[in-house]
Amino acid sequence: MSTVNSEALPISVRNVTKTYGSVYALNDVSLEVKSGEFLTLLGPSGSGKTTLLMVLAGFTRPDQGSLKFGDREVIRTAPHLREVGMTFQSYALFPHMTVAGNVGYPLRLRKIPKTELNRRVEEALETVQLGGFGDRRIDQLSGGQKQRVAVARAIVFEPRILLMDEPLSALDKKLRDQMQIELRSLHEKLGMTTVYVTHDQREALTMSDRIAVVNHGRIMQLATPRNLYEQPANRFVADFIGDSTFLPVEKNGRQIAFGSQVLNHTNPAPDAASLLLMARPERIRLLDAKPEKGMNTFDAVAKQVVYQGDSYLLNAQLEGGELISVRGVVRQGTVSGLPSVGDAIKLGLAPEDTVIIDGREV
Amino acid sequence: MQAVDLNAEGLRADERLERLKLFGLSSPALLLVLVILVLPVGWLFYVSFIGADGQFSLENYERMINRKSYSRIFMTTFQVSLVTTGLCILIGYPLAYFISQLPSKWAGLCMISVLLPFWTSLLVRTYAWLVLLQKRGLVNEWAMSLGLWDEPIKMVHNMTGTLIGMVHIMLPFLVLPLYGAMKSINRDYMNAAANLGASPRRAFWNVFFPLSTPGLFAGSLMVFVLCLGFFVTPAVLGGGKVIMVSMKIVSNIELFVNWGAASALGVVLLVITMAILWIASWFLNIEKMTGGGH
Repeated sequence: MSTVNSEALPISVRNVTKTYGSVYALNDVSLEVKSGEFLTLLGPSGSGKTTLLMVLAGFTRPDQGSLKFGDREVIRTAPHLREVGMTFQSYALFPHMTVAGNVGYPLRLRKIPKTELNRRVEEALETVQLGGFGDRRIDQLSGGQKQRVAVARAIVFEPRILLMDEPLSALDKKLRDQMQIELRSLHEKLGMTTVYVTHDQREALTMSDRIAVVNHGRIMQLATPRNLYEQPANRFVADFIGDSTFLPVEKNGRQIAFGSQVLNHTNPAPDAASLLLMARPERIRLLDAKPEKGMNTFDAVAKQVVYQGDSYLLNAQLEGGELISVRGVVRQGTVSGLPSVGDAIKLGLAPEDTVIIDGREV
Repeated sequence: MQAVDLNAEGLRADERLERLKLFGLSSPALLLVLVILVLPVGWLFYVSFIGADGQFSLENYERMINRKSYSRIFMTTFQVSLVTTGLCILIGYPLAYFISQLPSKWAGLCMISVLLPFWTSLLVRTYAWLVLLQKRGLVNEWAMSLGLWDEPIKMVHNMTGTLIGMVHIMLPFLVLPLYGAMKSINRDYMNAAANLGASPRRAFWNVFFPLSTPGLFAGSLMVFVLCLGFFVTPAVLGGGKVIMVSMKIVSNIELFVNWGAASALGVVLLVITMAILWIASWFLNIEKMTGGGH
């Protein structure tokens, strides 16, 4: 348990394709996961993210491709010989064994002597803060406890790679938030290369070193959470991660224009046929005074103001008819200062927040 | 506060009415059970304590203890039931496992073929075996023409025939609950076992088999209990050489016209069956067997 990083293995996925009939579940996917990295596969259901994880675990046989754990080619290796830990969406804890029976199972298979086995089981349970739970039956556990036992079972045999298939999807929001932090710090402690599957973009942003956004069996973008949010590769990624308003823009020579308005932007625009301005609601400012120098401004009419406790959401219509959303933090005084429906307002977008993206869906 | 009793009286009345309706709906069934089950069994019980002279007597039960032939019959009954159950497990478990692993389209087809015999008369199936297994029957003819054996083998009118027939008829009763139990085993369990390092064989014995035992136990119990009271198949295929309790009951009535003796046998068989079910209920949820629960 105490070995950190030194034993983690990199994963190399090359040109993996899997078809079901004429449908591509995975379409020529290549991916390098660094040693000790926490990488998340993020995508909507049916995107192929789970299929990719199943290929890593060995439960799904791809049509072609290569998969390496470190230097070892494992694409044709049976699942039980791959030595990767995995947690399942359903937890898959054996109901006919106790907690200790479950956690000790991989050690019994490896013929670990009894005393060492007991020690390591208890250690693993303590790691997930379930020390002393060994004698419990599985059906006596809450959802969060089951999740922890599943993690303990997956790490107890010290695999160098850990796969997690939507581990938190069955938990309620509070517990999920707490487990996200716990799993992340567990990863920092154990340092095993981790591939994590989720459809929850916030979860992915919270936990990951890097995120691979998957759709239609392909990786749309592989980047750090920050880059993914700030510089999405295309409209799908921008839409899937966070909220945003998309406005059609055109390229006139080297300038980007929204209608007749030339936009100031610091990030380079991609080289693509159709371009969009991605405006994140929380980056748009409701201007009451003179705008800062260089800021792009838009005239609009307030259409709807929604109070959401910690923030407000303002839906407004631009002069050209496009709808745009603005999110602001609710502080003492700001609520009373909000415009009413029908008020003319001025919106500002700083050049750093003026992100031009590839307008294609995929 | 007056509001505490708001509509309380009316709501209670509704509740009573609902219960009354429910009772009304189930009363025909209750009546039926009373008339065709409780009363006859009570009568059976009564008759079993009436001796040949028409007086109250324990002679029917004493006879069962004193005469060797009776204990032999009970032994045969248990033997046949046990062996039939064992053979059903040997054939049925791999079959149910195979079907449970098929894609649902094929599994449905296979289950229909398992259930098909249910829709054919028991008598027809039993006589079909008689035709197939007799000396100049299909099985012997084919086996000899293929050179498997030279002389016709005696496969009916003995224990072999009885067992073949009974296993065939009982098999669906084992396969059905077993298949149900196997289908409900989440595929993730086997994947998890493999992921933790278990070879397919280890995963089967460590995970799949233990999780399928409730279905196996339920099916075996069903087969065993049904075998205890089985009549047609051993009577036809046993050729008088395999005497089971049910057959002795029939001969007591038809041959000796001794209702008391027949009733006593019936009571003992009933008590044994109930005892087995009662003991089994310590180990498993009877409700689950009948498809309830879950």
